[in-house]
Amino acid sequence: MRGRTFGVVVIGMVLAGVLFTRLGANQYYYFAAYVILQYVVLATAWNILGGYTGYVNFGTAAFFALGAYTSVVLIKGFAAPLPVLLAAGAAVAGLLGLGIGYLTLRLRGVFFSIATLALAVVLQTMVINWDYVGGARGISVVRPGRLPFFGSYVEFLFAVMLLLAIFAIAVAWWIETSRIGRGLAAIRDNEEAAECMGVPTLRLKLIATTVSGSLMGVAGAPFPYYVTFVEPSSAFNLDYAVNSLAMPMIGGTTTWVGPVIGAILLGTTQQVATVTISSALNLLIVGIILVAFVILAPDGILGLVQRLKGGARA
Amino acid sequence: MVSLDLLANAVVAGILLGGFYAAVSLGVSIAFGLLDVVNIAHPVFVILGSYAVYVTNTAFGLDPIVAGIVFTPVFYLIGVVVYRIYYVSFEKKGQESLRGLVFFFGVLFIVEVGLTLKYGVDYRLVEAQYIGESLRFGPVGIALRLLVPCVVAVLLTLVLYLYLAKTFVGRAIKAVSQDSLALRLMGADPVKVKDVAFGIAIATASLAGALLIMIGPVEPSMNREYIGRVFAVAVLGGMGSIGGTFLAAVIIGVAESLTSTFFGPSWAVAVSFGVLLLALAVRPAGLFGS
Amino acid sequence: MTADGFLEVENVTKRFGGFQALSSVSLHVRQGERFGLIGPNGSGKTTLINCISGTLRNDAGRIVFEGHDLTAVPAHRRTRLGIARSFQIPKPFASMTVRDNLTIPLEYAARAHGVDATEQARAILRLMGLEAKAHAAAATLTQIEMRKLELGRAMAAKPKLLVADEAMAGLSSAEVDDILDILFQLNARGITIIMIEHIMRAVMRFCERIAVLDAGEKIAEGGPEAILANAAVERAYLGQ
Repeated sequence: MRGRTFGVVVIGMVLAGVLFTRLGANQYYYFAAYVILQYVVLATAWNILGGYTGYVNFGTAAFFALGAYTSVVLIKGFAAPLPVLLAAGAAVAGLLGLGIGYLTLRLRGVFFSIATLALAVVLQTMVINWDYVGGARGISVVRPGRLPFFGSYVEFLFAVMLLLAIFAIAVAWWIETSRIGRGLAAIRDNEEAAECMGVPTLRLKLIATTVSGSLMGVAGAPFPYYVTFVEPSSAFNLDYAVNSLAMPMIGGTTTWVGPVIGAILLGTTQQVATVTISSALNLLIVGIILVAFVILAPDGILGLVQRLKGGARA
Repeated sequence: MVSLDLLANAVVAGILLGGFYAAVSLGVSIAFGLLDVVNIAHPVFVILGSYAVYVTNTAFGLDPIVAGIVFTPVFYLIGVVVYRIYYVSFEKKGQESLRGLVFFFGVLFIVEVGLTLKYGVDYRLVEAQYIGESLRFGPVGIALRLLVPCVVAVLLTLVLYLYLAKTFVGRAIKAVSQDSLALRLMGADPVKVKDVAFGIAIATASLAGALLIMIGPVEPSMNREYIGRVFAVAVLGGMGSIGGTFLAAVIIGVAESLTSTFFGPSWAVAVSFGVLLLALAVRPAGLFGS
Repeated sequence: MTADGFLEVENVTKRFGGFQALSSVSLHVRQGERFGLIGPNGSGKTTLINCISGTLRNDAGRIVFEGHDLTAVPAHRRTRLGIARSFQIPKPFASMTVRDNLTIPLEYAARAHGVDATEQARAILRLMGLEAKAHAAAATLTQIEMRKLELGRAMAAKPKLLVADEAMAGLSSAEVDDILDILFQLNARGITIIMIEHIMRAVMRFCERIAVLDAGEKIAEGGPEAILANAAVERAYLGQ
């Protein structure tokens, strides 16, 4: 993807976002848009490790919730401002990514994946046992007062998430087009050969895991202000794992565009569907779509488009 | 000072629990250990088995173990079908690792959410004569709801062990991961052998599910806490070694029980995770693997 | 340590569970040499190569390259030190074009950048006769093209030592000569080459010295004629 195309997309997003806020629309649209943008970040983050490098993370919820709960601690203990929350969420989740990567990335990819699954369960257990952040009951968080220029705090959060989404996409685009991205692709295609071609596979995998985890954490950092009541069952919801996986799979995993397409398509569909059908049925359908795609169209929509255009690359 | 009574009880409970864990892990030991199929959906099939038992127990008063055995052929068929889809979509094309994993995650998800849709998130349990009682041996109390599953698990392990060691199909299963060419030369179709193997793996989930709901109440999301456990057992036990699986399960059971008694029950889940990481770091071949 | 000390393999041993793949194998390769490594199937040739390239860690013994003890040096750093290998079964980066397959080792092992890397990639493709396929998907190449790409990739790492693991297996006579040609050219540029092969006529034509492995042990070493005449070598191959 050329830099110019990317720049156009970014400007487009910013303009659309600004227009959106000026419309003064029904507050509900801001809530929905926030969720969709949050998934743009999560899907993009997942794809850096999953699509670019070939390592599947099932524990998105762990990193996301870690970002959220880091915010809870900082809000409750220090009344920290939002920028600090974002930075802290990114740092802590990034460290978790580094840690779990260091422990498991020298082994087969499947063990990394299993570890991420187990990680989510363990982290949730720890949070449930920690009274300071509300334990299993959950904790209330009060939103700061209204800010100038924005109609409500939720509008502000929407703008923040829009910026985070653009940031995440920029990071993914930068990685993808850099030497690091080429190294990650080599690892994905054939790790043994990559190592013998001089690619420091462990180091690159750790970078990918850290960046990916970091972005997931930053997506979770504003969560407490968004929901105002944080409890483990919602922060660690399996939704996050399945969606951040399904969205890149549906959109296409080899470039930064796929996760964005998947997030917007699937995210919007879900927001619309939740109004009409139960959220559990909604989830079931996502699961079925995921399985269908992984069996029939593993390269996602972008892959299908490419095949139709008769491209040599899958 | 640690109370000896408490310790003894914790160890005994751990051994019994471990036996049960073996029943749950045998399927993964076969699928992952022998066939190299990363079936993270195995625990959710166990839960499915629990629900099947629950339904027949509440509707017909059917004994859980009997129900578990009755459903075994159904689960065997499910296993064969799932493996066929997996094989055609992924293994044949050499795409097993990434996409196969995602596939099983999708299956896990569909079954878990499906169960939640049908039965909700409430805990379900079964009624049977022996469940409420316990035996006493001096200071040590043994709850029947733990003892019976353990005994059944031991029997299941023995049956599987003998099957894999003594019958033609069983030995073919053990061979298929190492030398499918030799197998073909002997006239056996490796893919059909793997069909059978995976079918058996899922079939064990039926009985394991019955045992699970005997030990305690069940709800759909429980499958996730078992994923770490069963893979810890499979790795520690030496990937495909049936005897090794049983011993590893007991070790983990005891470790969890001790943790639960002295540090609180919610930390038990972290134990298997820790054991898995430790095993992978120090001795990935497992305690009993080659 | 011999006078040259280019590649010293000293008493290397490797076990896989109960199976002894290599038993105390020693050999030394001189700079600029054309060295052959032969032996029946399963004799440990690829295992030895994996230990030299760093894909596997030997259990005992050590490997010294240009004075560097390679114990605990990861594979990617060995490549940067100058050891490159091609794989018996080609392992191309399937999602990339032919040229991008070369970009990886150029960027990572040879530290070439931008335009420089593109130029060097083109030069290698020309040498391999793959220039026309530069922008084709690596997955669409024919057998011999893949073999050439394997060698090309190893070349792109700017090696001092190149290990060609059965680069000619399954090729026609003319194709074998094609590959041999390339290897001769590379050697003429100063690259030391270790060739693992079953195709005897290629080995005899190309190699100055040959080591023979059987069941994890080195059973003979010497010039082509000496090896041909060696009774132990004959037994190893016929008795298999």
